[in-house]
Amino acid sequence: MNNIVKEFTKGLWAEIPPFRFVLGLCPTLAVTKTVETGIGMGLMLTFVLVFSNILISSLRKVIPPSVRIACFIVVIATFVVIVELVSQAYTYGLYQKLGIFIPLIVVNCIVLGRAEAFAFKNGVVASIADGLGMGLGFTISLTVLAGIRELFGAGTLYGIDVMGSSFQPFAFMVSAPGAFVCLGLILCVMNMFGKAQDM
Amino acid sequence: MSDYLLMAVSAIFVNNVLLALYLGNCPFVGTTKKMDTAVGMAGGVLFVLVLAGLITWVIDVTLLRGFDLIYLRTIVFILVIAALVQFVETFLKKMVPPLYKGLGIFLPLITTNCAIFGVCIINVRKDFNFMETLVFSVTSAIGFGLALVIMAGLRERMATARIPKILEGTAITMITAGFMALAFFGFMGMA
Repeated sequence: MNNIVKEFTKGLWAEIPPFRFVLGLCPTLAVTKTVETGIGMGLMLTFVLVFSNILISSLRKVIPPSVRIACFIVVIATFVVIVELVSQAYTYGLYQKLGIFIPLIVVNCIVLGRAEAFAFKNGVVASIADGLGMGLGFTISLTVLAGIRELFGAGTLYGIDVMGSSFQPFAFMVSAPGAFVCLGLILCVMNMFGKAQDM
Repeated sequence: MSDYLLMAVSAIFVNNVLLALYLGNCPFVGTTKKMDTAVGMAGGVLFVLVLAGLITWVIDVTLLRGFDLIYLRTIVFILVIAALVQFVETFLKKMVPPLYKGLGIFLPLITTNCAIFGVCIINVRKDFNFMETLVFSVTSAIGFGLALVIMAGLRERMATARIPKILEGTAITMITAGFMALAFFGFMGMA
């Protein structure tokens, strides 16, 4: 039991993606203009991560190691298509805002990385805990980054005006350069609590 | 003709695939420590992106749209890219060993490079025709390579600079990328 808790909590702080486990940077930068898209992307990734971990870890004795990467990609792509179709049907606004970044979950290194490094070597329950922890960690990271960018770039949080009418939006934060600089500064803050895993 | 030129300038400078569309950031951080790896990655991406862009476009137009299977796009595209990368790797190993030596270790990484998959998806989502697909794929890859090579140059120079301890590693790379993106914003007026 302790083990399961450990696998779950490591994704929330010790190896929180993408701040410590520096992978999956494209969606991190691209969808964090607003908190809404940040949380949406985080939850979609969590879904894909948990279910691909379940399937891969239950099939780990069947999949031949030499073609495992291709198998992982097919499994991941299946769940991404499910997410894509469900979000198109029920949350069309979010689907449009996230655009090509929903199909791009397929090539998100975090999902493939967890499949390769964890699910292929561990049992189903541990893999669920790992997927859930990593997914929620990613959601938290995205929400924090998106919160900072939206607050200073637009003066709102989750679409609600919080800075008052006298606030002048700092448009740099919601533009592309702002995304890079903001992520760099967060990584710098994380470095204060110990070195991040280098790629 | 001028349409294609405008598209090329836009894809290389204004809407740079890496700095404005945020595609392919993992190799951007991972392979820019040294100039040779950056050049190798840029070459590999150019090679695979052009092939993948054209092949996925043809498959999309003939098979997926023809048989109303657009919902399978994500799966089909990623399989095509993975198979293509494997094929290119085997082909180069046998037929062009010097090129394989140069690109070899980067090819497997390219399968999960969002720049390849992203550009393939953009090509079909924007309903490009064959020539537009070709131009957009080539120029996106050039834009990606340009950003990679500039970044590698900066990071090689930074290796000898004194950087505050807490900024070392990915943090300073991201901040540098931010200022590069800001510089590329200057091209906004061109297209």
